[in-house]
Amino acid sequence: MASTTTTRPRPGPDRPKAGVSAHRRGLRPDRTREGLAGYIFLSPWLLGLMGITAIPMLMSLYLSFTDYDILSTWSEIEWVGLANYRRMFGDDPSYWHAVQVTATFALIAVPLKLAAALGVALLLNRERRGVGLFRGLFYLPSLLGGSVALAIVWLNIFNRDGAFNGFLGLFGIEGEPWANDPDWALETLMVLAIWQFGAPMVIFLAGLKQVPTELYEAASVDGAGPVRKFLSITLPMLSPVIFFNLVLETINGFQGFTSAFVLSGGTGGPVDSTLMYTLNLYIKGFTDYEMGYASAMAWVFLVFIGVITVVLFSTGRFWVHYSDGDDNS
Amino acid sequence: MRRFVWHAVIVGLLLVLLYPLVWLVAMSFKPAEEIVSSLSLLPKKVVLGNYAEVFEGTGGIPVWRFFGNSLIVAVLSVIGNVISCTLAAYAFARLRFRLRGPLFALMLATIMLPAHVVLIPQYTIFNNLELIDTFVPLALPKFLATDAFFIFLIVQFMRGLPDELADAARIDGCGAVRSFTHVVLPLSRPALVTTAIFTFIWTWNDFLSQLIYLNTPEKYTLPLALRLFIDQTSESSYGPMFAMSVLTLLPIGLFFLAFQRLIVDGVSTTGMGGT
Repeated sequence: MASTTTTRPRPGPDRPKAGVSAHRRGLRPDRTREGLAGYIFLSPWLLGLMGITAIPMLMSLYLSFTDYDILSTWSEIEWVGLANYRRMFGDDPSYWHAVQVTATFALIAVPLKLAAALGVALLLNRERRGVGLFRGLFYLPSLLGGSVALAIVWLNIFNRDGAFNGFLGLFGIEGEPWANDPDWALETLMVLAIWQFGAPMVIFLAGLKQVPTELYEAASVDGAGPVRKFLSITLPMLSPVIFFNLVLETINGFQGFTSAFVLSGGTGGPVDSTLMYTLNLYIKGFTDYEMGYASAMAWVFLVFIGVITVVLFSTGRFWVHYSDGDDNS
Repeated sequence: MRRFVWHAVIVGLLLVLLYPLVWLVAMSFKPAEEIVSSLSLLPKKVVLGNYAEVFEGTGGIPVWRFFGNSLIVAVLSVIGNVISCTLAAYAFARLRFRLRGPLFALMLATIMLPAHVVLIPQYTIFNNLELIDTFVPLALPKFLATDAFFIFLIVQFMRGLPDELADAARIDGCGAVRSFTHVVLPLSRPALVTTAIFTFIWTWNDFLSQLIYLNTPEKYTLPLALRLFIDQTSESSYGPMFAMSVLTLLPIGLFFLAFQRLIVDGVSTTGMGGT
């Protein structure tokens, strides 16, 4: 995750420090005390790791092989083997539909969002008056975007009588009832996601600041134009940051929930057109109370996210360029 | 001239980008019949009636109740995250113990873990403890440092602190605890402030966990109350819905105004997302 932080030589405690060793010998008992202190400081986190993360994960793995619903007591839970998984892959059309909706969403929205982020970052990457303020304002949608209030705004702007159609009307175009139209509801969600390009933009800007200006100067001397400079310097130098943003946004993209929930009134509608994976999971688990089945869906989701991450990382080797050594500029 | 073009392009983009927010604020001051009939942005007549109606409450529950609930959850989360993540970060960044390496790797792995995987069993556990419809399932995980992202953020910051101070404290006979409270903690304030701000904003915007754990309208937070609004909304109550949306976003807007630089710098130095 640290790809955008400047790499500092780690002043961590493992580095041997001259002059301390003699001192340290005298403190031998303290080393065990320090170890103990380490675990004490970590204890809230360890407790959370066990109680909030690890045990629930194992439980959900177990539940995914059962017909659990919230009403059944532990003794009533029935082991159903692979039935939930078979149902998921075999005869639940809504499951595959949700997979398709989610994949479409991520495949289109993520690249467009990153392109917008990079484009605006390039525009803002210069010393001009007000650039700090502009950067902040472009980031603002990212702060607000995940909220219910924003989904309400979207629902009303992209409506038959909404402001967007009013705008199209100026050009004599008659728009659709976007958010309520099965053919366009998912696109409306995508626009909301792309609208929040501020977070990756800020990260791109930090990356652009790290590109040594000498490279551009040398290229200018060699007679390279702006396009050439962008393709041969900016893109390769920025590729680790692009990669970082791509991984992060892809994983986020698959998990979109709130806007899909609010825009569709919690149903994934109209006609299941916005049935994102996580929304489908919520409906199965908390509306239909098929919690065993929903747990199976959650585990497949986890594996899927893992696979996507691995795939991204393995393709990354071919296009991500890491400059050698630490550039502690 | 190039500067002028640059400024024109930026301002143009910002106008498009921020239009939905301006639109929302404008609508919240329009009378009901104008919201439906007119597409113009500026209200012909600015009315405060929508806000007055919001303050009358929803379904017999005054709006400050929802505000209060959201505030309680957010403040508890901030306190929980700042305390628990700082403690864990100090151990990872500054203390030596045998399992530090593997545990640190495990912590990093949990950052990427989708919340949905543990949703149902967590719900089951809190249900068995009869804690559904309380704020405990929302706040307790924060006191147990489950937002591992912030641990990582603070670790990065603490590793960057000059060693000399901590070493001096050691030589003066400070143990791990005193070196934490007297040296590392005061110096780590910027990272803690960033943690607090982002925890507040993310909790304030959070929807999924509040939706799952809170059932009775008296316990509802703002996002849940807003959703209630959409469900019952006929065209006549659009105005209050917009007004309430504005009120919901207002605290984040204020945070943004006050901490704009800090927030954006926080994002760019840590690479954290915004959603």
